[in-house]
Amino acid sequence: MSVSTASQRVEFQERARQALQDTSLQRALAKARGGFVDHRLDAIEALPEFDAIRDAARDIKNHVLANLDGYLELYEQQVIENGGQVHWARDADEACQIVAGICKDVGAKTVTKGKSMVSEEMHLNPVLEAAGMTVVETDLGEYIVQLAGETPSHIIAPAVHKTREQITDLFHEHHSPLGYTDRVTQREALVNEARSVLRERFVTADVGITGANFLVAETGANVIVTNEGNGDLTSCLPRVHIVTAGIEKVVPSLDDLSVLLRVLARSATGQEFSAYTSLYSGPRRADDIEGPEAYHVVLLDNGRSRLLGGQYQPMLRCIRCGACLNHCPVYGSIGGHAYGWVYSGPMGSVLTPLLNGFDQSLDLPNACTLNGRCKEVCPVRIPLSDLLLKHRVEQHERRLSPGFGRFLLGVWAWLACRPRLYQGVMALPLRLMYLLGRRRGVLAWLPGAGGWTGSRDFPAPAGRSFMRQWQNRKVKS
Amino acid sequence: MIEAQTHSPIKVGLFITCLADLMRPQVAFAAVALLERAGCRVRVAREQSCCGQPALNSGDRASTMNIAKSVIRAFSRDDFVVVPSGSCADTLINKYPDLFRHDVRWAGRAQGLADKTFELTTFLVDQLGAELDQVSYPGVCAYHDSCSGLRELAIQQQPRTLLDRVEGLSIRELEDGNACCGFGGLFSVKYPDLSGRIVSDKCAQIAQTEADTVLGGDLGCLLNIAGRLRREGRDLKVFHVAEVLAGMADGPAIGEAESEDKA
Repeated sequence: MSVSTASQRVEFQERARQALQDTSLQRALAKARGGFVDHRLDAIEALPEFDAIRDAARDIKNHVLANLDGYLELYEQQVIENGGQVHWARDADEACQIVAGICKDVGAKTVTKGKSMVSEEMHLNPVLEAAGMTVVETDLGEYIVQLAGETPSHIIAPAVHKTREQITDLFHEHHSPLGYTDRVTQREALVNEARSVLRERFVTADVGITGANFLVAETGANVIVTNEGNGDLTSCLPRVHIVTAGIEKVVPSLDDLSVLLRVLARSATGQEFSAYTSLYSGPRRADDIEGPEAYHVVLLDNGRSRLLGGQYQPMLRCIRCGACLNHCPVYGSIGGHAYGWVYSGPMGSVLTPLLNGFDQSLDLPNACTLNGRCKEVCPVRIPLSDLLLKHRVEQHERRLSPGFGRFLLGVWAWLACRPRLYQGVMALPLRLMYLLGRRRGVLAWLPGAGGWTGSRDFPAPAGRSFMRQWQNRKVKS
Repeated sequence: MIEAQTHSPIKVGLFITCLADLMRPQVAFAAVALLERAGCRVRVAREQSCCGQPALNSGDRASTMNIAKSVIRAFSRDDFVVVPSGSCADTLINKYPDLFRHDVRWAGRAQGLADKTFELTTFLVDQLGAELDQVSYPGVCAYHDSCSGLRELAIQQQPRTLLDRVEGLSIRELEDGNACCGFGGLFSVKYPDLSGRIVSDKCAQIAQTEADTVLGGDLGCLLNIAGRLRREGRDLKVFHVAEVLAGMADGPAIGEAESEDKA
């Protein structure tokens, strides 16, 4: 155990180190960060009752989680009544097999996809490609990431880690063979080129796969929220529409949906509402002029039901807005890939260990300053930093944290409970640091905390502790 | 608001905080001076060391509870406990009661300590409505709101209210004042590269204000910021807000050498 955990630790630290040195990544992150924060602030300042709506949103999600089985069954009934089918998947493999099975049954050659983080969680694309299908991501960010052979680095802005120069290069490389030989560099031209390439894909796709921001139990609708309209073309044009969603996405009614929509876009992008909010309730009916012939929903558990009733249940309230990522200083420093899995930032650091165990993610709960800003901005009031601390408690109690650190901490804590001894023991190193740092006021290197002084000095302490000086003062007076 | 009786002063226990005790005793002396001038009688319990945050934030509940018990005992005699740090005050006020939630013997005592504990500037402004002695500090100051104080104890206006009365002092707000400085206690030791990167962002924002001084209410953040400013070769002074308010900011700032030419 200790060997594998030690190597995992190095992996995160190594990825983080590389991210810090990646100048393109740093430029892209710096550009994105301020915008997200400012836009959200503008949006909520224009809505004085935002906090009250957040409370209502939290309460709706809590109510759903307390009655999840009932709402899921109601949702399933409604989907069936509308002519669709619901498939239940225990884990990612099962979900992939279900989706691949549906695609094979209809002889699909081309599959278009709207943005779906659950399909990323399932690692669906390689499974469909192995079955001989061409998979095309249609969300612009997802499309860029797919061309680059990467994974999304942000749950709502998958390609936020890419600079425009990098996107220019990617498009030029992949679109030239399709006849787009001009090298376009401007934002709008890039969007138009992608749109033009993708349009062809939309009309030839056999199956369209989307995610769901919400599932409405009373109507059986899946709801997707986008700014590009790609989700609608993915849902409507192919013969078959497959929705992949986590089981926690269900909400009771359209009224509840409207409450959640009011906090979602504001928290995510600072918009009052996304450009497109679409509800799909099943296959084409007899008198519809368009729409898919078949409609499937694949509901993924993948560890979620394990969280019900436990101390981490609040995490299931998450509506994947990305606000916690946008306000996290660690995410802002290293981007999403360093976290090592689909979900990143504070919500990822809470969720990844819960769904995958600590094996791959021992560092995640610890690589956080506990500044609490994630908790502050969360639209459904998930106490993210508190949940990270719970992970730390669990790691400590299961003895997963590094042994030497635990030993030092134990010695220190033992001393801290014996203040007089503590004061005596601290006097010598204190004096030493004072003497070494007196001339400059700082120490440029500190034994035992060499990393600290890698990027900053360590201010030298005063020669005598307050307690010592106070005792002397009392004796004198 | 507490009314000071002329014949019975308000009895306050000072929770020094381990960083002030070891790194910057002047912060604690400044706190004592401010409290005494506001009419309090200050007691410094000998049996104190640290609030236990390093253990708490490492997930070591058992050690934290042991430390918490010794803190609860040490301050059982005081009417109030005042802490010159938002994050340590938050530990006593919010974290101890949570730790002992299911402990019938200690839950009440932990809540008792929490109820009488205040961060220094909050105590002076919200509890005492203290009128401080006129002091002056000729400087343009960037104020760093530390995260625990800001988000867990809503400390934001109180230090500014007090600094408003300091002659010659003006405050410049940071562009994103709610952002963390990257200290995070042991985080800065366990993940020094990340921490270093976050504090350099903070220092860039501080530099943008063109202030000549950085003030804040938490020594951890201030040591972190001062250390980075020194490494960058910037000559901003860094002080704890209490030092300025008590008129004790005429000596070396945090991370500044003791001047030899003073005499």
